[in-house]
Amino acid sequence: MLGEGILKGMAETARNFVGSFFSADRLTTVEYPEQRIAPIENARVFPFLVYDTTDWEAGLRCVACQICEKECPPKCIYIDKSKDKKPDYVGKQQFYPARFDIDISVCMSCQICVEVCPFEAIKMDTNFELATDDRFGGLLLDREKLAKSNEYYHQIHPTEAAGVDARLAEEKIKSDAKAKATADAAAAKAAAVAARPAAESAAPSPAPEKASGEGN
Amino acid sequence: MIQTMDQIFVLLAHWLVGFLPSALQPIAGVLLGVVAIVCVFPALFALTTVFERKGLGRIQNRLGPNRVGPYGLFQPIADGIKSLTKEDIVPSTANAPVHFLAPVVLVVAVFMGFAVLPMGRNMVLVDMDAGLLFYFAMGASTEVSVFMAGWSSRNKYSLLGAMRAVAQMISYEVVLLLSSVAVVMISGTLSLTKIVAAQNSYSGVFPHWYIFTPWGLAGFIMYAIAATAETNRSPFDLPEGESELVAGYHTEYSGFKFALFFLGEYLAMFSISGLGTTLFLGGWSAPFSFLQFIPSWFWFFSKLMMSIFVFIWMRGTLPRLRQDQLMNFAWKFVLPFTLLNLMVTALWRFLGVGWERWVFCSAILIAAYIVMGRAGMYRENFGPRRYRYAE
Repeated sequence: MLGEGILKGMAETARNFVGSFFSADRLTTVEYPEQRIAPIENARVFPFLVYDTTDWEAGLRCVACQICEKECPPKCIYIDKSKDKKPDYVGKQQFYPARFDIDISVCMSCQICVEVCPFEAIKMDTNFELATDDRFGGLLLDREKLAKSNEYYHQIHPTEAAGVDARLAEEKIKSDAKAKATADAAAAKAAAVAARPAAESAAPSPAPEKASGEGN
Repeated sequence: MIQTMDQIFVLLAHWLVGFLPSALQPIAGVLLGVVAIVCVFPALFALTTVFERKGLGRIQNRLGPNRVGPYGLFQPIADGIKSLTKEDIVPSTANAPVHFLAPVVLVVAVFMGFAVLPMGRNMVLVDMDAGLLFYFAMGASTEVSVFMAGWSSRNKYSLLGAMRAVAQMISYEVVLLLSSVAVVMISGTLSLTKIVAAQNSYSGVFPHWYIFTPWGLAGFIMYAIAATAETNRSPFDLPEGESELVAGYHTEYSGFKFALFFLGEYLAMFSISGLGTTLFLGGWSAPFSFLQFIPSWFWFFSKLMMSIFVFIWMRGTLPRLRQDQLMNFAWKFVLPFTLLNLMVTALWRFLGVGWERWVFCSAILIAAYIVMGRAGMYRENFGPRRYRYAE
């Protein structure tokens, strides 16, 4: 009959109207600044730099290889390589970024920098509250602002961070073992050379240097 | 005490006017009434906007505005400040005087309608013998302002919106008038106070409101449909149709002029609800005889707010009509049915008191409703649409 559908619709909206006062699962609104939903592990916003230990400057995993700078599609990463070197997490002497800036007004959150990084040094952050009243300086994040500890990384992406830590630990064990093996081999060779004096004078290159040459 | 509460505003006005010399008293009394209307209804408008937004939110399982003040109640103040401080843009090719006058004419015309509405016992600004006629004369002039707005903006969306609005308002104005004529036929007067007085009697505890008669119910439904269309409310909000016309006739309005249009729309809604209340729902009379101790103005305003709630409820439920559906509905269903209702009303008047008139009138109206509904749905292919080129 004419008007039947209208009455049905009115009943439906009345049910919503009354129901929204009584059943909590009807009102799905989260009142954001006061209430928050639990962070989602796979969320990603902008990249940050991971550092180990407590000193962000010394502990940065980044070795300024500039792969991310080259791969970045919108070219929002700016890196200056340092002149000097300092030891990385396996103890090998490496360059470090004297400057590492990301312009998050340009960044498109594609995560390509994270995927190409061979040092697990750059990861995606989940912090989205980045509003600032300075649209140039405020959105160009420098090394200090980008550096976040490995603990923070564990906090926001627990599964991923655990995998990264396991891989790094494995690599470290491997490189240690390799270094030890080469060192042992070199030592054995040196001992042999010492035992057989005045033989071939062309001795192999110094062992420790060779070991560290394959250390990543 | 009950008497005092009922007449409190009347007594207050008398007391205030009493301070003036007797020569000035009549004009001061009228001015006081005007000031009261001009203050009360915009205040009601402010409250309604926030409750409408909250109600629509609840209908859609949202919270609605709740940031400004407790429960978002100060939202209208924020909105008012916003619209006052916004730039008032007049298009360079617009007809500036008409562009300026349109919202003013709308609000003035709508306010004039309140003059004849009885808002309580003895609470009517001008007790005219032809109050209903005056009301419709004023209501019809809102169409002029809508077309002034659309025409003077020199914008095709505005003009289309205004043309739609005028076509729609004139079509439904006819229905609005004819459904009210039924009431005039029974009560035998055009004076709104006398129409209320005619309904203000009780059988046992039940009131003699016109909505409780077959012709009154049919007339009220037709009146409600026409009132919704007259005030451009959803589902008849084609003149504003934001998805196709941006905002219709007030596309080129900004700042406080836009706020005036908004105010005019809501005031029209209040006044047309007030008239519907007066004609069919017994005006300020209590719904049961034992509730007469509650002041009459309370009943008037609660009935008014109930009507507003239904308006909001419909807005939250129904999608907008198409222009041809709107016109077909007006001329092919609502108007014939209203004309039939007039004949039924005459029958009711001449059958005299007794059970026969209840049976005959109800039977005719129900049969007509079913037959016309069936016929309309058959002819117009209502129901799910099939798209020829999209299958």
